[in-house]
Amino acid sequence: MDSVNRNHSKWVFTALTSLLLLMPTVGVAKVIKEQRSLYRNIFVEDKKNIRCLKFSVKRRVSSQSCIDKQDPNRLVFDYTKFVFTGLLVTPNPEKVLIIGLGGGTLSNSLQMLFPDIQVDNIEIDPAVVDVAREYFDFKESENIRTFNQDGRIFIKRAAMKKQQYDLIILDAFNGEYIPEHLLTREFLQETKSLLTDNGVVVANTFSSSLLYHHETATYHDVFGDFYSVAKGNNSGNRIILAGKHLPDEGTILNRVKDWQEPLQQLDIDLKYTASLIERQEYQESSYRVLTDQYSPANLLQ
Amino acid sequence: MQNPLIFLLAFSGGFSIMGIQLLGGRILAPYFGSSVHVWGSIITVFMLALSIGYLLGGRLSLHNPSLKRFGIIFVLAGATLLPLIYFTTDILDWVFINIEDSRYGSLVASTILFLIPTIILGMISPYSIRLLVTHQDKSGQIAGLLYFVSTMGSALGTLLTSFYLVLWFEVNQILFSLCGLLVVLGAIAWGYQQFFLRKSPEVMVHG
Repeated sequence: MDSVNRNHSKWVFTALTSLLLLMPTVGVAKVIKEQRSLYRNIFVEDKKNIRCLKFSVKRRVSSQSCIDKQDPNRLVFDYTKFVFTGLLVTPNPEKVLIIGLGGGTLSNSLQMLFPDIQVDNIEIDPAVVDVAREYFDFKESENIRTFNQDGRIFIKRAAMKKQQYDLIILDAFNGEYIPEHLLTREFLQETKSLLTDNGVVVANTFSSSLLYHHETATYHDVFGDFYSVAKGNNSGNRIILAGKHLPDEGTILNRVKDWQEPLQQLDIDLKYTASLIERQEYQESSYRVLTDQYSPANLLQ
Repeated sequence: MQNPLIFLLAFSGGFSIMGIQLLGGRILAPYFGSSVHVWGSIITVFMLALSIGYLLGGRLSLHNPSLKRFGIIFVLAGATLLPLIYFTTDILDWVFINIEDSRYGSLVASTILFLIPTIILGMISPYSIRLLVTHQDKSGQIAGLLYFVSTMGSALGTLLTSFYLVLWFEVNQILFSLCGLLVVLGAIAWGYQQFFLRKSPEVMVHG
């Protein structure tokens, strides 16, 4: 009896240890931080070496920003990789504006590439800023500033002060609720007024749903032709590259070789990413342009 | 004919109040965002305006209440919506430049834009009750019915505006329609007394 019992407990012990050892490889997601803010529920979740910032509204959860803890420079999401095609339009940005912080990944990556860069990060939700600092190693300094503000308000005030940016990244949409005042002609005009002559607006937008067409019409209305970066299957994100004076495709492709190597440390294959760039010629659209007067973006999803 | 007309007007008043309030969020968002404090400002101003409007409407009903005067309230309400259509950008620019804090900015902007039209719209309910009540013992029932009708108007105004009108029309088109609706209804009330009721106002009210 005794030996059976001992054998039995030994077996249980072995099973438990092997289970524990197996756990990381099986990849059980573990929520390490949960916070309710004025705007949403925020989670930080670890799964193997990937740490993600997630927002949940009602029961749907969406990943906002992820990092690889073992290789913090590596960009995890495709769309964040696409953002760096902006460097093919504006190769050496000195002043950057980012609307929508997430985990601060874009700001950190830009700092790594350009140590002297100035970045203004705008994030409406103070809880997101706290989480970015604490769990995503979001780095701030004299040159890298964070403003707790609505993106539209910041841009309006910056325009009044005649501030200029070489690179403006619009990343305020989390796919759940769209801040409708950040998707209108007037907003894009204000944003355009902040651009330097050769500057670029890089916008993370939707590539499916009815909204896609309205968004296209609105960007065309303000910027004329623009470039889009998206995977062909019309799912997930579409990155829009727009500006006052966009270089032609030849110039853009010529710049790939300059950036191919530096961007490898972010795990970006620029040759591939650049092959996804498509010029969207201005054309008359039957879809209505979104304006401050007409902005039912959430009803058009 | 007269009582159904009063109910129709009260219904439209309720409809307009909530329609304007929802559009208020749209109008302020480009300057102050759409956070909870912006809605807080809008709702505060509307509640404040309505409370003042109830008081003034009740006071006004003491002096020669008539359908004509009732109609004038509507025409005035419609007219005070016009600055909301034509001067909003200038007003909001001014507030935006002068007030940094978006909480107080949105509160001041809501006050300038919405206080006066909403006060006038708030006068409708007590004035309607004065026109409808003929016997003291039925006054509670009539007040209840009037609030039922005008609040149903508010419910429909909220629903239609947020579900459909903003999807089909521009903010100013909706405001202009509400303005037109109020002015036309006011004119109908005025004309009804002018052309169809030959009795004295006092008899008309109690008749």
